[in-house]
Amino acid sequence: MNLLLDLALVAWLVVLALHVARTGDDRNAIVAFIAFGLLLGLAWTRLGAVDVALTEAAIGGGITGLLLLRAEAHLRRGRPVGSTARQGKSVTTIVAALTSIAVALDLGFAVLAFPSPAPTLAPPALAAIDATGLGNPVTAVLLAYRALDTLLEKVVVLLALLGVWALTPDHLWGGAPELKEANPPQPLLYLARMLPPFGVLIAVYMVWVGADAPGGTFQAGSILAAMWLLVMLAGLSPAPETRSLMLRLLLVGGPALFFAIGFLGFAVAGGFLAYPEPLAKALIVGIEAALTVAIALALGLLVAGPANRAPAP
Amino acid sequence: MSALADLFTLVMVAGGALLFLAGTLGLLRFPDTLSRLHALSKADNLGLGLIVLGLLPQVGSIAGGLKLVCVWLLAQLSAATASQLIAGALHRRKSGQ
Repeated sequence: MNLLLDLALVAWLVVLALHVARTGDDRNAIVAFIAFGLLLGLAWTRLGAVDVALTEAAIGGGITGLLLLRAEAHLRRGRPVGSTARQGKSVTTIVAALTSIAVALDLGFAVLAFPSPAPTLAPPALAAIDATGLGNPVTAVLLAYRALDTLLEKVVVLLALLGVWALTPDHLWGGAPELKEANPPQPLLYLARMLPPFGVLIAVYMVWVGADAPGGTFQAGSILAAMWLLVMLAGLSPAPETRSLMLRLLLVGGPALFFAIGFLGFAVAGGFLAYPEPLAKALIVGIEAALTVAIALALGLLVAGPANRAPAP
Repeated sequence: MSALADLFTLVMVAGGALLFLAGTLGLLRFPDTLSRLHALSKADNLGLGLIVLGLLPQVGSIAGGLKLVCVWLLAQLSAATASQLIAGALHRRKSGQ
C-alpha cells in the first residue's frame, strides 16, 4: 500500500517536472512548479525528513512561487499582448534536456552504487548531541556541527536582497516598495486580519520546538514572511521604507549575532563557532530567534521587490 | 469499541476520499470557472471535514485531535478566501474593469 503511494508520488513528480519544462505559458509553468514544491514536500515526509519537507513546502512551494509569479506579472506588463515568451531555440532545448538527463542518470547511479548499508554520519552525530543540549539532530547539524554552512546561507539571503534593492532607480532609493493592490478585495482583508495571529503563533512554536523536533529558522521565517506579505498586500500596514535604520539593523542582526558568537568562540571555547558547553543550547536558541526575524524580513522584502515610492522627505 | 471506532474511521475517510474524487472530476469536467470553484470547495470543505472527523477516534491525545481540527479550520479559511478572490477577479474581468 505504501509502495503504491510512493510510486504514485514519484510518477506525479516526474509528470509535473516535465510539464514545467515543456509548457509554453510562464504562469502555467509557475503554478505547476508550486504544486511540484508541495508534492516534493510530501515526498520528503515519506523519506522521514520532516525538517526538509517543511522547508521545501514553505520555500519551494510558497515563497519561491510568489516571487516567480510577481516577476512574471512584471514581465507581462512590459510585453505586447499575444506574444508568447517561452520560445527557446530548439538546439539549446535539446542540449539542456540532454544535460539534465545525464545529471539525473549520474545521480541515480551514484545513489544506487552506495554500499549497503550506506555510509552515514548519523551515529556520531547522535552520540555528540548531548553536548549541544538539543534533541533534534537536524538542528544540531545546522547550528552546531556545520554552523558555518548555515551562517553563509543566511548571508546569501541578505546578498540576494541587496541584489533586488540594487534595481531601485536613483530617485526612489531608500523609499518603500508598494505591494498593496489598488482596491484590496474584502475576502483578502478578512484573511489578512484573521490569519496572522495564528501564523505568528505557529512560527514562534516552530523556532522553539526546532531544538528538539522538526522545525527551525527557515520554516518559521517563511511563515512569518507570508503573514507579513498578507498584511502588506491587503494594505493593512504599508511596506517599510528601505532606508529605515531599524529595518536594516534587524536584517543584519541575525547574521551579525551569529558572527559575534562565532568569534566569541575563539575566546571561550577554542575555535570559530564553537559554543561553551553549558551555554550551547541557550546560545543556539538565541541565534535561531534573531535569524528567524532576519530571514522573515529578508524573504518578505525579496518578494516585495525594489522600492517604487520615493522616500518621505 | 475499538472495532466500532475503526469502522467509523473507515466509513468517514472513504466518504471524504469519494468527495475529493467527485470534486476533482468536477474540476476537470465542469464548463466554467464558477462551477469548477463550486466543485472544488465541496472537496475542500466537506471532504477534508469528513477525513478529519474520521481520523479523530484514532488520535492518541486531545492535543492531537485539536491540531487536526485546526488544520481543517485553517484549510476552510484559506479555501473560502481563495475561491472568493478568484470569483471576484472573474467578476471584475467580466464587467470589463
